[in-house]
Amino acid sequence: MAMLEVRDLSVYYGVIQALKGISFEVEQGDVIALIGANGAGKTTTLHTITGLIPAKSGSIIFEGKDITKVPGYKLVPMGIAHVPEGRRVFAQLSVLQNLKMGAYTRTDRQEIEDTIKKVYARFPRLEERKNQLAGTLSGGEQQMLAMGRALMSHPRLIVMDEPSMGLSPIYVNEIFDIIEEIHKDGTTVLLVEQNAKKALSIANKAYVLETGKIVLSGDAKELMNNEQVKKAYLSE
Amino acid sequence: MSFLSYLINGISLGSVYAIIALGYTMVYGIAKMLNFAHGDIIMVGGFAVFTIVSTMGGSSAVGILVAVVICTVLGVTIEKVAYRPLRGASPLAVLITAIGVSYLLQNIALLVFGSNARQFTSVVNVPALKLAGGELSISGVTIVTILSCIVIMIALTAFINKTRIGQAMLAVSEDRGAATLMGINVNGTIAVTFAIGSALAAVAGVLLCSAYPSLTPYTGSMPGIKAFVAAVFGGIGSIPGAMIGGILLGIIENLAKAYISSQLSDAIVFSVLIIVLLVRPTGILGKKMNEKV
Repeated sequence: MAMLEVRDLSVYYGVIQALKGISFEVEQGDVIALIGANGAGKTTTLHTITGLIPAKSGSIIFEGKDITKVPGYKLVPMGIAHVPEGRRVFAQLSVLQNLKMGAYTRTDRQEIEDTIKKVYARFPRLEERKNQLAGTLSGGEQQMLAMGRALMSHPRLIVMDEPSMGLSPIYVNEIFDIIEEIHKDGTTVLLVEQNAKKALSIANKAYVLETGKIVLSGDAKELMNNEQVKKAYLSE
Repeated sequence: MSFLSYLINGISLGSVYAIIALGYTMVYGIAKMLNFAHGDIIMVGGFAVFTIVSTMGGSSAVGILVAVVICTVLGVTIEKVAYRPLRGASPLAVLITAIGVSYLLQNIALLVFGSNARQFTSVVNVPALKLAGGELSISGVTIVTILSCIVIMIALTAFINKTRIGQAMLAVSEDRGAATLMGINVNGTIAVTFAIGSALAAVAGVLLCSAYPSLTPYTGSMPGIKAFVAAVFGGIGSIPGAMIGGILLGIIENLAKAYISSQLSDAIVFSVLIIVLLVRPTGILGKKMNEKV
């Protein structure tokens, strides 16, 4: 049984249909990439999975439980963390306070302290800036904070929305290295990216979204060599 | 000596404004709405104490407790019934609803208690403090009001910084969506905010009616508007701002009454607000609005 099963998911914004019955699966240990152009429905898919937008029809099953109608805040203790588009760090709070927010659903203080240490080990720059307000960090640092904050809840599935958006090439490489590390530590990753080349290079499976529908799917390496994908998303 | 007594009375009146303004500013900061019915919760608190103490002969402590409980339940109910369904609606729709709730509360009070002013017996039984050989007398209500304000301020700051629900409030006030992604129940957090704001309104009602012992269904509206001014004055959304704004407003109002004109005092208060907003549009302690380009 797949870790996450999305079946015939349809989502509307008013009268506009954003998702037209998409289905896909995420197996435990996968890195899945959802790629596609602006407005294809990538972010909508993630928001529907993590309960920020209601689904019109279809179902979302996580570890055997139907979470289609579960409110977003209840999914965090179930093991899903979401790194949102545009980072959405708490700008007026310090780096450390942001990390503690990530552990909101955890109550064991010792465990929280240990997790903070692990996050600092992975992102040394966050430790250097732990008392700085998150709003004063650079874009790349904010992305690291958003990822560290998501890891604070010990997710089994981490959902990332455009982690490389707006970052310098050096940071882009660093962020993708970190995603691979997170994956190696046993967390399943569902990744939405406009940087299709990078996303396909770390994913094992990928789905291509076009105007609310999945038009292509398969092994990430194969998709990378697919003429259609090359032309539309890899600008070759 | 009389200046000092005007000043102290101003601080006392300002403390009441500050306690009311805390409710306004917390609800604004966290739910991003102006709860114009907040002032009328004060009136409900006043009538609750009046009914328990003057009509039923209960003790002051019971009266205050009942008022706090009734106002808390009322605040949470209003949020759930009137404001929650409008979450995500245009701010104007929420604002109009809040004004509607305000009139609803006033008119229910009018039906139940009538329009005649009731004589409110002070529930604060602390003797006056005489200083400087009896030249400066500070009433018991004044002392209790100022002390309550200080205690509430300290308790609220500790609550927000030290408790889980306080942290949730900080997160929700900054980014509702991101707060949800942290596992925070946004609706629950907003409900707690209304509960705290309304409980504070009950306390403010008791203090206000003890100092100015005339109670009508409209008792809450003017202090409510002034507390709103105080919250904007201090920087809406900021807790220390509400405190400073409230106390300054009380002092300005009282000194204006004493030295300029008691009829013009309200006009002076609102003029000061306009001037402050022209100079500092976000209020004294308001957060700077950073515009991202």
